Amino acid sequence: MHLLRLSLPVLFGYLPLGMAFGVLFVTELGLEWYWAVAFSIIVFAGSAQFLSVGLIANHAGLFEVFVAVFLLNSRHIFYGLTLLSSLNLKGWRKAYMVFALTDETFSLITGLPKESGLKQNDYWRLAGINQSYWVFGTLVGALMGAQLTLPDLGLEIVLPALFVVLAVEQYRTHKTAGLMLIAGLIGLVAIWLWQDQMLLLSISAALLLMLMNYLRQQWTKHPI
Amino acid sequence: MDQTPYLISFIALAALATLATRAMPFLFLARHSRHPLLEYLGRYLPPVLMVLLVVYAVSDLPMANQQWVISLGSLMAVAVTQWLSKNALLSIALGSFLYMLLI
Repeated sequence: MHLLRLSLPVLFGYLPLGMAFGVLFVTELGLEWYWAVAFSIIVFAGSAQFLSVGLIANHAGLFEVFVAVFLLNSRHIFYGLTLLSSLNLKGWRKAYMVFALTDETFSLITGLPKESGLKQNDYWRLAGINQSYWVFGTLVGALMGAQLTLPDLGLEIVLPALFVVLAVEQYRTHKTAGLMLIAGLIGLVAIWLWQDQMLLLSISAALLLMLMNYLRQQWTKHPI
Repeated sequence: MDQTPYLISFIALAALATLATRAMPFLFLARHSRHPLLEYLGRYLPPVLMVLLVVYAVSDLPMANQQWVISLGSLMAVAVTQWLSKNALLSIALGSFLYMLLI
């Protein structure tokens, strides 16, 4: 029960978002519902799955698919880095945890207050609960999309709204206003420079700045 | 035309690309997990990445012809509601309802 309650923010993001993916996939591509569900079980990466709808519609080459999905998901490399020292799972539990490390699951487990008292085994269970929301949402959306033609509701708002909620919680936990303001500016500049590769560009720039800041701190502590 | 082989290869490659990004640190960087640089990044990177994801997702919203007022206004409503209520459902539902009503 405790885990289900902790996962509620993700439920309210993943259910409508999974449904949006299912509806979009079936109506845009005219494919059977089970293909959408297969994406959510095997790929399990929100923004990459939405991107996939466009790629399939254009019958994109498979190399392009690999590169596009890798770049779009490259931010996950840093999620893993962040968790290296705190994740002590072994075997298939660890394999599943790594496989299922989405933006939302990462944000959930790094944003948890210390008094939540979670054990290592609760991490992969939380990841599994989150994926079940995503798969269920996809199933419902895909079946709905196959049945009826829906009016344009404006579902595109759900993804940014979800990230806004997660960013607010990151701020509440870490109180890093200046850093987050700079990140926002970097994001805007990246859109202005190269909108198509905005994520990769802004993440690289932010990492570079943080690296320089880290080296400066080390230098002040231990000048050669 | 039967799309099955294409879709199966597509799913396999998309899954492999995703897994590669998630597994890379665990496969190649595990011995350095106590390095102060990694601890520094672990502390400050999550809030930075969340902001970048917000900007990225917002850039897909309609902004022309004063629609930006609706897009950004709805997200401001999400942020304020979340700050005050700590209730993700309430925040997302309220902001989305506002957006769908006005857009």
